[in-house]
Amino acid sequence: MSNQGCFTGRDPNTNNGRKVLISVDHMTAELEGNIILEDISFKVFKGEILVIVGRSGSGKSVLLKHMIGLYRPAEGQVLIDGIDIHNAYGKQMKRIREKMGVLFQSSGLLGSMTLGENMELPLADYRYISDEAKNMIIRMKLGMVHLAGYENLLPAELSGGMKKRAGLARAMILDPDILFFDEPSAGLDPVTSVEIDDMIRSINKAMGTTMVIVSHELQSIFNIAHRIVMLDRKSRGIIAEGDPRELKEGSADRRVVNFLNRQSD
Amino acid sequence: MKAVKDTIPHVTVTSAYEKKGELKIFIFGSLLLNTIDEVMAKVKSQTENQNVQGVIIDLGGIEALDSAGAMMLLKLQREMADRSISLSLLNLTKECQNIISLLDETAFLVSTKKKDESVSVFSRIGKASLEVLRDAYLLMNFLGTILISFFKCIARPGSIRWRDVMHYIEKSGVEGLPIVGLISFLVGLIIAFMSSLQLKLIGGNIFVASLVGIAMVKELAPLMTAIIVAGRSGSAFAAEIGTMAVNEELDALSTMGFDPVEFLAVPRIMAALIAVPLLCLYADLFGLTGGLVVGVLGLDLTVGSYVDQTAASISIGDIATGVVKSVVFAGLIAGIGCHRGLQVKRGAEGVGAATTSAVVSAIFLIVLADSIFAVVLNYL
Repeated sequence: MSNQGCFTGRDPNTNNGRKVLISVDHMTAELEGNIILEDISFKVFKGEILVIVGRSGSGKSVLLKHMIGLYRPAEGQVLIDGIDIHNAYGKQMKRIREKMGVLFQSSGLLGSMTLGENMELPLADYRYISDEAKNMIIRMKLGMVHLAGYENLLPAELSGGMKKRAGLARAMILDPDILFFDEPSAGLDPVTSVEIDDMIRSINKAMGTTMVIVSHELQSIFNIAHRIVMLDRKSRGIIAEGDPRELKEGSADRRVVNFLNRQSD
Repeated sequence: MKAVKDTIPHVTVTSAYEKKGELKIFIFGSLLLNTIDEVMAKVKSQTENQNVQGVIIDLGGIEALDSAGAMMLLKLQREMADRSISLSLLNLTKECQNIISLLDETAFLVSTKKKDESVSVFSRIGKASLEVLRDAYLLMNFLGTILISFFKCIARPGSIRWRDVMHYIEKSGVEGLPIVGLISFLVGLIIAFMSSLQLKLIGGNIFVASLVGIAMVKELAPLMTAIIVAGRSGSAFAAEIGTMAVNEELDALSTMGFDPVEFLAVPRIMAALIAVPLLCLYADLFGLTGGLVVGVLGLDLTVGSYVDQTAASISIGDIATGVVKSVVFAGLIAGIGCHRGLQVKRGAEGVGAATTSAVVSAIFLIVLADSIFAVVLNYL
């Protein structure tokens, strides 16, 4: 973490022995000539749920898009399992892609395809797997998100929460090592939000999947986060990193305390 | 316990009878997405013997298991149950249990939700016919709404969004000048060239000017202009309004007390009604110039004689006919484009379908209207 004055609830370097799966290294994010994030560094450890938090416009989604390789950093690098995602090509890139699944804010399901066809997309490279096995995997993954039987429906025929769950099923169809979520609870009713949170936790627990989540839903953050990274627009960087419960009580930075306690500045 | 994807997965399946009718199957290695077909086939082949009444799968030798492997175990359990064979899993590690606990066994029992898919040809023809009738009804309905909105706007000229009207005149008219000019010039040139091949034989070179003049001014200039505008602007209107419908912008307009037809369709239709007739006159000019080029360069006619012959052949009435046609075509193009846009219900696919439909319907209606003009003008 390069930003001065930031509070560290629990030093990530003390997690000795834990494998670093993602490393954001002195990264600067720039969009249309505007610097959104400047010289930020942090690590994500294998099996942890890291939530990127911050107020609107602080660059949470921009950071996520850099981490999944959609945006190229102006400076610095993002390493996924030791490989620079922005300079990986061919088989190396394919290997990174297989390691990760992404649930986009609007679910990212292709509107012209049924749920089944959407789910089959990540399986395209597995041509030697029988159709029976593919159908079984699709059915069971949809079952995991309580959408078994919806294979033939189009995304437009589903509610917002169902789309989100279908997007999650597609993201985890290959049992990725890392799952990225952009605002998983946005626009959902409280019950569906809690259901998504429960799914995130149970997948993390059962499969050991590393989760990187962008969110500003406080309840969800305290429910699921092992650790948070907090961004700030004015600082254009990280102002806090650590256990959200510790930061809520112990941070010296008013911005962090106010955010985590739902108070105005 | 998860797949190590960088290594080539391997799996071995062996079996032995524990006691009469009870088969014990040992799985060693990786039970992953890549190997489930192999394992499934082997287990099924080993349990085909009719004497098998119970199966125990020993998972003690499993090195890696993913959710696909876990699903396979559950599916096997269900299939064996259907064959009245009991199946139990032995030496299931905590990690395996965790993965299995994520899965929903009942997923296989849920029936697939299917859309109403009538495959009968007659049924399809019937549905399509009803759809055409319904579409015609909705179009007439929309025409009525547009006329009411127009009258409202005429009664209150201040309510017309003139800035939008000017914007769409620029988009539909000014920005279409290069392509309309080029196409009209080429059409004039082609007609002159093709007709000259025949007229030359009977020494009627000068009549090329008459033919090009009448054909362009009365028929081809309005028609070609309308087709180009349908492709450029009709589709754009449908896509713009359709995207707004998908983004709930139309709902927002309605809740703020604006009539979407008055707010969005009227300025576009008004702009088209102004721009397309002007484009038609411009197309006349370029079409005649195309004919002139062939006449002068290919038929040894002078510029003066060609222009004189053209002026003698076409009247102000002919030009007016073309302009009147253009006004009607403009109304059809803009109206159908807005109508299709307002009909969009579903996402990106709906916008695409509306755009295609706007162009196809507009061209069909343009040709239909032109046919009606041909018959009516013949009797006037």
